[in-house]
Amino acid sequence: MNDGSGLAAAPVLALSGISKRFGAVQALTDVDFEVFPGEVVALTGDNGAGKSTLIKVIAGTHAPDAGTIRFDGAEVSINSPRQAAALGIETVYQDLALCDNLDVAANMFLGRETVKGPALLGRLSDLDMERRALEVLKRLNVTTIRNVRSPVAMLSGGQRQSVAISRAVMWNSKVVLLDEPTAALGVAQTHEVLELIKELRAQGLGVVLISHNLHDVFEVADRIAVLRLGRNVATFRRDETTPEEVVAAITGVLETTK
Amino acid sequence: MGVQGFSNVRETRFWQRGFLASQSAYVLGALVVLIVVMALSSPNFLTERNISNVMQNFSFIAIATLGTTLVIITAGIDLSVGSTMALTATATSLAMRWLNDAGFYPFPGSAFILSVAAGLATAGIIGLANGFAVAKLKLAPFVTTLGTLSIVRGLTYVATQGRGTSPDGPDKGLFLAVTSARIPMPEGIPNLPVAFIYLIALALVMWVALNHTAWGKHVYAIGGNEAAARLTGVNVDRVKIGVYVLCSVSAGLNGIIISGWLGSAPANLANAYELTIIAAAVIGGANLFGGVGTAAGAIIGCILIEVIRNGLVLARVDPYWQQTLVGCIIVAAVFVDRLRSGRTG
Ligand SMILES: Nc1ncnc2c1ncn2[C@@H]1O[C@H](COP(=O)(O)OP(=O)(O)OP(=O)(O)O)[C@@H](O)[C@H]1O
Ligand SMILES: [Mg+2]
Repeated sequence: MNDGSGLAAAPVLALSGISKRFGAVQALTDVDFEVFPGEVVALTGDNGAGKSTLIKVIAGTHAPDAGTIRFDGAEVSINSPRQAAALGIETVYQDLALCDNLDVAANMFLGRETVKGPALLGRLSDLDMERRALEVLKRLNVTTIRNVRSPVAMLSGGQRQSVAISRAVMWNSKVVLLDEPTAALGVAQTHEVLELIKELRAQGLGVVLISHNLHDVFEVADRIAVLRLGRNVATFRRDETTPEEVVAAITGVLETTK
Repeated sequence: MGVQGFSNVRETRFWQRGFLASQSAYVLGALVVLIVVMALSSPNFLTERNISNVMQNFSFIAIATLGTTLVIITAGIDLSVGSTMALTATATSLAMRWLNDAGFYPFPGSAFILSVAAGLATAGIIGLANGFAVAKLKLAPFVTTLGTLSIVRGLTYVATQGRGTSPDGPDKGLFLAVTSARIPMPEGIPNLPVAFIYLIALALVMWVALNHTAWGKHVYAIGGNEAAARLTGVNVDRVKIGVYVLCSVSAGLNGIIISGWLGSAPANLANAYELTIIAAAVIGGANLFGGVGTAAGAIIGCILIEVIRNGLVLARVDPYWQQTLVGCIIVAAVFVDRLRSGRTG
């Protein structure tokens, strides 16, 4: 289904020549990066390699100093998270995701509530939102959350991550960026989230997964991009590489060209 | 998928959910017990006259407590409400006198409308300044509003050289009636102070706004996780400025009502009321860490404080014990809440 042959011909998101500097730190240098529809690309690399910075460039939080971003073939500039969302790019941040005191449905609709009447003062359509939230969870096979009226504080780490990811994909998004979605999770909950990522791929989304965990990466990714010191040093097809080779690229023992 | 063994959504018992799980419910229970004890021990407690007085007295702080609760839900605090009450009352009275001196009275009631508008506008500006400092300049709410407390109280003294003022002019009677009248009720029902009616109306508006509008969800979201709210596109700064303005205006309204009852606006009006108001909000279940609080809770907190004061007076206990008791209740309420949330995890 995603061994390369079944992939769409054109990438949904293509970055080329991206550079970003923070004062004296050159966080990204001439980085190229592509995501195809229906593909999971893992973005890996050592601490400080520039993974989060690259994600933030795509998400509209950091403007790149140089380079171009193409979305669906057209060149775009993404200046804010709102613009990214309007294009169909959603980001799931690791810990900044949810409001514990609100319920699942309220979290999924936060900032984009469905209301009857004028935008801010109109009456909330609670039932509509509840129904849609349940639909999305069901479509994504998130079976462990049955009650979208439970406060998020009651959920397990995996369920919370599932809510955050479901929220990201319910707005007709085409690309989802996940920054270490399994970092704080146990075995079963990690499995839960990885299944969800596979589900997103099956539904045709492009998924970018930042992870330090090569086991997770090898379980779900179709391609593995390695950043080191702000440069992309290698891109592997999952079925043509080994964890040893990826580790070598991360640590700089091996200089493969992409 | 054959997925299994995931921790499911925790089953919750009815007392761990909704209103029954809130601190407000425990405090309401305590309030009911207190009222029963007092009704049994003092024959004067449940008289129409006393009930009417109690309603009037807690209404004097409860409107401001509604606004303060909004600010507390966003994890903010407003220490300037007492001063704002005073400056608003002063501005209203001064505007009324000034209109009288200027002989500007185009239609009956105009002096009343214009002076109350001037007072509430003053309150709104104070709230705007607080909100701007907190939301845009990113100053800590505690320190900011501590500053405003002092600035605004100072302005109140400056405005009347410390002597205070009082409403005057053709609409004085109307002003006193609208702020402090009691609506006669049939035999057996306590007369309704108008302030109480305003309170209930505003509490209903607040309840609808918090529970049934996107704005309300945003207020709770900011208190729950401000960064998340911002990232999901909530206009955090605008909502924050909004709650500070509403808080100041609600305090201003209470200030005007108190000055109507007093018949004057002394410069020390509502001095140190911010402590009682914040205490009432916290007793009623508003969480100073943000994310939790309701209109009903705010009112319950105010009633509890007033019933204690009233009870001490009726029992001929030195009323100065009130402060000590209120302090104990704050700690007890927070402690019970801590025990309960410890139980639910
Ligand atoms: N806002 C910023 N201001 C200054 N320097 C920054 C900023 N953000 C990132 N950097 C620097 O850019 C470099 C890349 O950081 P980045 O967070 O992208 O790394 P990362 O690959 O995500 O690392 P980790 O695995 O630790 O999350 C680091 O040297 C970091 O210190
Ligand atoms: Mg990072």
